[in-house]
Amino acid sequence: MDYDLQKNIFPEETGHITERYYHFTHKKILFIFALCLLIIVSIGISAATGSADVSFGDVYASLLSKIFPDIVESSWVADVCLWKLRFPRIFMGLFAGVALGTAGAAMQGALKNPLADPYMLGIASAAGFGAAIAIVFGTGIFAGKYLIVGNAFFFSLIAAVVIIAIAERKGGSAEAMVLTGIAVMFFFQAITTFVEYFAEAEAVKGAMFWMIGDLGKARWEDFLFVIPITVILVPVLIWKSWDLNIIGAGDESAKSLGINVKRFRILIMAVSSLLVAGVVSFIGAIGFIGLVSPHICRLIIGGDNRFLIPSSGLMGAIFLIISDSIARTVLSPSVIPVGVITAFLGVPFFVYLIMYGREYC
Amino acid sequence: MKLSIDGVKLSYASVPVLHGISMEFCEPCVVGIIGPNGAGKSTLLRCINNVLKPKSGWVCFNGQNTHDMDAIEIARNFGYVPQEFSTTFQATVFDTVLMGRRPFSSWRISRDDVEIAAGAIKMLNLEQVSLRYNSELSGGQQQRVMIARALAQNSRVLLLDEPTSKLDIRNQLEVMDIIRALVEKQDLLSILVIHDLNLASRYSDKLIMLKEGKIFAAGDPVSVLTQDNIRAVYDVEAAVVLEDNLPHIIPKRPI
Repeated sequence: MDYDLQKNIFPEETGHITERYYHFTHKKILFIFALCLLIIVSIGISAATGSADVSFGDVYASLLSKIFPDIVESSWVADVCLWKLRFPRIFMGLFAGVALGTAGAAMQGALKNPLADPYMLGIASAAGFGAAIAIVFGTGIFAGKYLIVGNAFFFSLIAAVVIIAIAERKGGSAEAMVLTGIAVMFFFQAITTFVEYFAEAEAVKGAMFWMIGDLGKARWEDFLFVIPITVILVPVLIWKSWDLNIIGAGDESAKSLGINVKRFRILIMAVSSLLVAGVVSFIGAIGFIGLVSPHICRLIIGGDNRFLIPSSGLMGAIFLIISDSIARTVLSPSVIPVGVITAFLGVPFFVYLIMYGREYC
Repeated sequence: MKLSIDGVKLSYASVPVLHGISMEFCEPCVVGIIGPNGAGKSTLLRCINNVLKPKSGWVCFNGQNTHDMDAIEIARNFGYVPQEFSTTFQATVFDTVLMGRRPFSSWRISRDDVEIAAGAIKMLNLEQVSLRYNSELSGGQQQRVMIARALAQNSRVLLLDEPTSKLDIRNQLEVMDIIRALVEKQDLLSILVIHDLNLASRYSDKLIMLKEGKIFAAGDPVSVLTQDNIRAVYDVEAAVVLEDNLPHIIPKRPI
């Protein structure tokens, strides 16, 4: 039997262990591919759902006709309905779902807390406060059409900076981040209520609707901001997913493997907060995506962040796109804000987690 | 290989824990650090691989001060099994052992890394549970997993903080035999904090006995594990019997 001195192993003896491991990880990769396929299907279902008569085939013909205009033809009526009305909100659902799902999984990993999500840590509450200021007083950081978005983004960043600054002073501890996040959330919720107390009824209604979250706000120009922020920051979280696994075994253990735990945790929080702030500012505080998507994936493929983070993003997108379809059709022609549907679907799952979560948390 | 520790002092808040510890190791061997609870054993171990930064003094490995080494370089030279580790995190045994390759692989895991992790799993007899989650294992198995992770680091120095504390007597002997064999086959230096004086006597080439953050006695097991030393350090009356030229401790009563 040959002994590999450099690796300190007998390859014949360890071969079957490595093969089993590769087989095990390939199943997780397969799950990610399955989610990619499900996204394509859910886009088709969502775009074909609604009062205007657009078929499943029309959706893909319309999409493909933009890529291969000489080969695929689509009908003018379907194109107008899809590209002007349905695709902006569906693609916003795609990017926002990916951003919220990955950020949720990364925050849960970095803070070693299965209940951590962008909402528990006050990012969304701060964005809501910024939006409420803009809606009620009509003033903000930016004027014009980016008044609400600019304010929401600015205040969510303030929340992130406060959490990170306090955690930095406390050595980057997960407990400090969670507790500060909860304090920030309650603080912004309280001052939002205070602002609304003095506002006109119509403005309060507007602020409340913004807080629930709605993909109907999406416009094509918003993607100039949302796409770069998602495309740049999501890979950063995936890149750091192996270190997130290591940090799960304990801070001391991670330090002994060469990780600067304090710097690492602050980096993950900063990237996740920016990602969440970037999408929440445009669509409002849609809840439960960042919390529930990682848990669903964790139940199926386990807690390895290398696979969990990308699959949580994809699951978040599917969850948001399907929820939006329900929101548009369940009380048609009225459109319910998608945040109501995600909460309706998310709450039972959340209760399930409380009841049975111990088995896998 | 040369590891020097010179005048290491450390305090938690304002409470001094280590009062200027100095020692030197020039050859592969098993060094046991013994002493009562709160003597500073685990703290000393964590100062060696810079997990804790000493207030003064230095640790030098092969002529290089560890303060001047970056975290990755330290991790490549010092494998570490902590006393406490999270057992609820959701990683399989294989992934946990693979984490030991982090100082060499950063984020991309090569086939070599996977093979080295498999080797460590095999060595600790964890093949049957390699794809199970840590939370599904017994305390002893979890401790073996952490030792396998340290072995996957392929480092020159192994620091083990109470590696047998959760193991039954059979597993204690097996793990200590593995550590002993590794030291001999791979010319490693293994420094382990251990409470079981009989295991320390049987498996250590040298013993460092700490009391209140200072070295009380150091040397081979016969010279360190004496009735007088045990009485002075542990406040325990004990009989010491020589078996195969190694001291065997029979504790009798606290003083």
